[in-house]
Amino acid sequence: MMSDTPLLDIADLRIAFRADRHTTVEAVKGVSFQVPRNATVALVGESGSGKSVSSLAVMGLLPPDATVIDPASRIRFDGRDLLALSAAERRALCGKDIAMIFQEPMSSLNPVFTVGAQIVEVLRLHMGMSAAQARRRALELLDEVGIPDPAVKIDAYPSQMSGGQQQRVMIAMAIACEPKLLIADEPTTALDVTIQKQIMELIARLQKRHAMAVLFITHDLGLVAEIADHVIVMRHGEVREAGPAQQVFGQPQDGYTKALLHCRPSLDARPWHLPVIADYLADVEHQRFAGGDIAEGQGVTPLHPLERQRGYGPDDQPLLVVNKLSKTFHLREGWFGKREFQAVKDVSFTLARGKTLGVVGESGSGKTTVGLTLLRLHQASGGSAMFDGRDLLAMTPREFQAYKRRIQIIFQNPYASLNPRFTVGQILLEPMRIHRIGADDRERTAIAHELLEKVGLPAAAFQRYPHEFSGGQRQRIAIARCLTMKPEILVCDESVSALDVSVQAQVLNLLQDLQDEFGLSYIFISHDLSVVKYIADQVMVMHRGEVVELADSDQLYRNPTHPYTRALLAAIPRHG
Amino acid sequence: MTAIVHNVSPGLWRLAWRRLRADRVAMASLAVVAAFLLMLVLSASGLIVADWEQEVGVNYAPPGFVGAAQPPPAEPAQAAPTQPMQAAPAQAVPPQPMQATQALPDNPFDPLADDIRALRAQLAAGGAGAIDMYGVTDPLAGDLAQLRGARGDTSAAHAGAGRLATLPFGADKWGHDIIKKTIKGGETSIVVGLVAALLAVSLGSLFGALSGYFGGVVDDLFNWFYSIFTAIPSVLMILAVAAVLQQKGVATIVLILGLTGWTGPYRLIRAEYIKHKAREYVLAADAIGASHWRKMFTHIFPNVSHVALVQMSILVVGFIKAEVILSFLGFGVPVGVVSWGSMLNEAQNELILGRWWQLTAAAVAMALLVTAFSLFTDALRDALDPKVK
Repeated sequence: MMSDTPLLDIADLRIAFRADRHTTVEAVKGVSFQVPRNATVALVGESGSGKSVSSLAVMGLLPPDATVIDPASRIRFDGRDLLALSAAERRALCGKDIAMIFQEPMSSLNPVFTVGAQIVEVLRLHMGMSAAQARRRALELLDEVGIPDPAVKIDAYPSQMSGGQQQRVMIAMAIACEPKLLIADEPTTALDVTIQKQIMELIARLQKRHAMAVLFITHDLGLVAEIADHVIVMRHGEVREAGPAQQVFGQPQDGYTKALLHCRPSLDARPWHLPVIADYLADVEHQRFAGGDIAEGQGVTPLHPLERQRGYGPDDQPLLVVNKLSKTFHLREGWFGKREFQAVKDVSFTLARGKTLGVVGESGSGKTTVGLTLLRLHQASGGSAMFDGRDLLAMTPREFQAYKRRIQIIFQNPYASLNPRFTVGQILLEPMRIHRIGADDRERTAIAHELLEKVGLPAAAFQRYPHEFSGGQRQRIAIARCLTMKPEILVCDESVSALDVSVQAQVLNLLQDLQDEFGLSYIFISHDLSVVKYIADQVMVMHRGEVVELADSDQLYRNPTHPYTRALLAAIPRHG
Repeated sequence: MTAIVHNVSPGLWRLAWRRLRADRVAMASLAVVAAFLLMLVLSASGLIVADWEQEVGVNYAPPGFVGAAQPPPAEPAQAAPTQPMQAAPAQAVPPQPMQATQALPDNPFDPLADDIRALRAQLAAGGAGAIDMYGVTDPLAGDLAQLRGARGDTSAAHAGAGRLATLPFGADKWGHDIIKKTIKGGETSIVVGLVAALLAVSLGSLFGALSGYFGGVVDDLFNWFYSIFTAIPSVLMILAVAAVLQQKGVATIVLILGLTGWTGPYRLIRAEYIKHKAREYVLAADAIGASHWRKMFTHIFPNVSHVALVQMSILVVGFIKAEVILSFLGFGVPVGVVSWGSMLNEAQNELILGRWWQLTAAAVAMALLVTAFSLFTDALRDALDPKVK
């Protein structure tokens, strides 16, 4: 890692946040690492690992009155101690020598200024260019980051661009002043997989051309395999492993790194259960986090010898037959104009009892709309969904009420799908009260406790509020809520997308166990092909509201027939 | 995420209360508001100031720290018959008719000087009758003196002798203790403020919930009403409703303020419902088969109730002031009911005479409560929604 002097040298960085007057929470616990000149360093960790906090400390963007940076901490950039600089000196440095790209391009760009104006502002501020000079340079930059037709797009507002283009504009702003260090904080997490691949390539290209150092922050270890020279793995505010990329990916030393590499379902193998972090960490560690997210033992040998077989067989009974489902949204445009937007066009599929149908597509493909329409959370515009001999879409609301308990949904964001003012107990009892399951509340409470145990939560959770739980635990609560009604079909709408890789593996294992035990049928909606490949028997690929390919999952991955499917598969980052 | 170690799980209200407790200004203002509410409860239940109508002081007895009023020319004799008592204890005995010789010096240029002198001489000789300070004979002066003498016998014990020249905070024109009157007046004002705010926020929340949740035609209908109500200037609106209701009383004021004040909470609650009805937890409730009513009030309302609460506490302040303005304009509480507004209304005549204590007492009490309530409202908003800070 040593060339001459490293560009960025962080030594013993300790950062704590004040929770209230008496307590502080230590977010970064003595982290040291270096970023050499002209190299790409990946800082990898899951939520709460302190990776973003460390990078914000470099930029001086942490809220000053809530943060305590230990006086012994050192952040040296190009030989200067950043923590000793005045606010004005710091500002001059950041933006010019150190630039940053954030996760959400939409919220990082000011919506009321054109993208050109925002790039010009940076150039005039830091480079002292005239307005005309700056505009010329902005055009060059937009061209360089691959914005098509930059002469037109320079006067576009952020809302007129796609997410990928917005992120390109952010990158153009960041490299405008030829920074020595570019900090990229999860720059592709909010983007579709195909766009993600393009942005990664762009960053790698720019790094070489501008001879800058890149500090790439991500939760996804697989993503950085192609571009990183060095990898630093963080967890709970500590560095777990650091070293050259080949070494970290080839012979990981730390159990946590191994877990991160293996928790993500791979396209090549389908183990009976996905490995979880607990399988890789020492027992001491295991006990230390008992009660947390990681501790639930699955009661199965960690790496099941058998591979799971997927696919529809001849003796599968169809449970739900969807025929030519379509959904049209009517949008208002201007004062009088109306525009129709066909979100779903003639989608047909069959879901077999006890099997999983994966629905894959990028944002805007209509995959979520399919799920919501089947539950009648959206009104379908056409088509039918035969379930148990009845058309779900043609029923009156009163008739459908009885079917609601038989088809349930788990949403993407476990932080939004649980009512924050309800205790877990109330959340679990409510559906049973509505559908009169169980004779009285005592019996229902007993059922709720049983289900909590089933999804791997302690009984004490019953009295608590959702905000006291982590994302993975909340998703378990949401699953338990659905199970109270003993549904036959469970629609999982990006249910594991918001979770950390290790937690995602646990939730996928849980869903698999429940399917094995109760014979549930899943409609598993996701943008992540490797997850879908793992969990689904049949996969439906959607693009702009249409089904472009529908096949058994192994066959689809082995022989994709549609070019869009091939593009999606090619975009999956591979490592090792 | 750290493991949860303790068993208690504070709900959002308890967390808000914790934040509130850490805020010194909030706790001080809460103490003031609580003191006012305690006063309200005690006075409403008759435990204190039940005797506020007793005329314990002399008319317009000044506050103790100012000192007793100077005896003479304060009260012209003519004013006496309409009032139960005179201005100062020095005048507890009927004023002596002025001696003609002392009353006015002779004016040598007065064409009637001779007549007057003759009259005075005659009176002085006769001894009967009296001349007022302008030197005019008062034919009833003798009867008046007699009456006063007779009444003095019966009421001297409770009024004349027992009345105080000064009270700690002064007295009004009937000799009521101002401090007691202020407490009693606060009872009306605060009750009007609280109940009217409750009414307004309830209406606003209900309309806002229906409008925001259902949207479409329901929303259009309520928005139409909202536009009408907000298009008319609020004071005009209040006066119009007051004129229509035609009945003076505390309930009328509550109704007026409640019926005109729902628009603010309506607008905010409606916006919150529009925002929340698309949230995933409401979709999830829909998916498990919850009814509209259940989604609106069991699921969404607890999540927007902080808005209603903050609105309510803003309205309480506004309505206490509105009651004062209404009473000041004469549309307020009926005669016989005391409120801060009616006290201010009385005070507008007294101020010319230099009797400032009633005005001061009502104004200070109101300012104290309104300030404390506003500060508390601010702190409450911060505590319930720390993001806004």
